[in-house]
Amino acid sequence: MQIAIVREVIDAGSITAELKAGADGAVCVFDGIVRDNTRGRRTLYLDYEAYEEMALNQMRSLAEEAIAKFGVRDIAVVHRLGRLYVGESSVLIAVASAHRGAAFDACRWLIDTLKKTVPIWKKEQFEDGAVWADGEPFPEEIVRG
Amino acid sequence: MQVRVLYFGVLKELFACPSEDIEVETGCNVGELRKVFHGRMPERAWKSMAIAVNQEYAGDEVLLFEGDEVALLPPVSGGAPGDACRRR
Repeated sequence: MQIAIVREVIDAGSITAELKAGADGAVCVFDGIVRDNTRGRRTLYLDYEAYEEMALNQMRSLAEEAIAKFGVRDIAVVHRLGRLYVGESSVLIAVASAHRGAAFDACRWLIDTLKKTVPIWKKEQFEDGAVWADGEPFPEEIVRG
Repeated sequence: MQVRVLYFGVLKELFACPSEDIEVETGCNVGELRKVFHGRMPERAWKSMAIAVNQEYAGDEVLLFEGDEVALLPPVSGGAPGDACRRR
């Protein structure tokens, strides 16, 4: 597994290349990039910050859970922090598996779950002001324990 | 006893600092610490935050101990810009 939080450009090509092995029939890659607007309001850049040690632990347990749940072979999850401009990758998830179905399912589950539970936040800088992005509400089991 | 409270995202800006050492009663749990912050932040932020103790999500019943690292976490927004989260 490759689990990392970085401050430099995410090199999708080399992460994906390193993940591949002979037993794989598919690598499914989710590359999350900074969009140029939120609900029509023009975005200049995003500032990402994290509770870093906890975020890494969470990313690692999600990857382990995905391997167990979907039966995929290996996973890379890399999130970037700091200031990111339009078109840059903020997160890369790559899933290697013998069959594509499991790779797609695991990849989708990983990004959806990461967005709800991994302690990373972003502040969106627009032409006319800045706001902390609304996160999704925490899953009930997290808030109540 | 003292616990170290860490603030993130919008809460770090609101309190204008990344962390504070806070005096709480011995035997205090997460729910009681949560109440300490009621009124110190907008109601919506207070209701929607999660709390982590020593880097693990913790429910209200979890007991605190001297020197614990307690993080107040606004709803997270990592990953790519919102798509699924705009549906609500």
